[in-house]
Amino acid sequence: MHEDFRAGTRDVAPLLLGIVPFALVAGIASVEAGLDLGQAVGMSVIVFAGASQLAALELIGENAPLAVVVGTAVVINLRMVMYSASIAPHFARYGRRTRAALAYLLTDQAYALSVAEFSDDDRRSRWRYYVGAAVPLWIVWVIGTVTGVVVGAGVPESWGLTFAVPLVFLALLVPAMKDRPSTIAGVLGGTGALLAAGVPFNLGLLVGAGVGILAGVIAEEVVA
Amino acid sequence: MSDLRIWVAVALIGLATYGFRVSFIHLFGRIDEVPPRVSRPLRYVPPAVLAALVVPDLVTIRPTALATLADERLIAGVVAGVVAWRTEDVFATIGVGMATLWLFRFVVFA
Repeated sequence: MHEDFRAGTRDVAPLLLGIVPFALVAGIASVEAGLDLGQAVGMSVIVFAGASQLAALELIGENAPLAVVVGTAVVINLRMVMYSASIAPHFARYGRRTRAALAYLLTDQAYALSVAEFSDDDRRSRWRYYVGAAVPLWIVWVIGTVTGVVVGAGVPESWGLTFAVPLVFLALLVPAMKDRPSTIAGVLGGTGALLAAGVPFNLGLLVGAGVGILAGVIAEEVVA
Repeated sequence: MSDLRIWVAVALIGLATYGFRVSFIHLFGRIDEVPPRVSRPLRYVPPAVLAALVVPDLVTIRPTALATLADERLIAGVVAGVVAWRTEDVFATIGVGMATLWLFRFVVFA
């Protein structure tokens, strides 16, 4: 194995533990939403973006309209555009096919590790390090989903295992509220979604998210 | 949802997500930077969306304040929120949150 590939694998190892609960919950939530094993794995392979999968599964379980399921997941994954722009200069040296393949593996973790490493060490092979970090994430994600489906099918409903879904989001939300504008975005996004919970077509989440994003932009303007 | 609709949802979400991932990686050389008018709102997508996902799962507004607050999901959520803030550990957050939920569901409010 190439040294740069191994460096990526070594750096991602501690993060793998962090995505295990996330992947398990995705599997459990798939069962609760009525997906079979094939559909659950299909979603983890095709979408391969945890937060959007959990949100989509929750809405599928509530029988939300297709457009709302897709729209909500799409909004959650908009942040990938930022990662794509930020990592693009490092991949510009590769051909179109290689870049297209590398893009599929872009996740929060692979992005954050790679960009930090590339700015530290200019001689690292870009694709080897990135693939070394991204592939273990993919493997853990898919195996975790399968395990979650099996576990989720065997636990009585009264245990409320799907409550793990908001808990995962909570664990992501707290560090995301890192300054005043982002805290205001979170507080108003949550309040907005709560007040809009009765809005038809399960649009409450998107309404709340819109209110929160707008509040964050305005707050940044006022603070600056 | 029917099987077909689930697959359609997966395909559409997957397609859009791949489009976001590949966007600038593909365009690099023609467009090199996200314009600030786009990047600024995007910064607030994670906190706004995550909070909009969390809060309605923890809180149900009921006729009285007491009925709204004496809810095992809200209590477990607050406890888990403190754990998330103190430890930034997903395992600990889920573990303590679920334990609190079960404590109130099966013991305190039972």
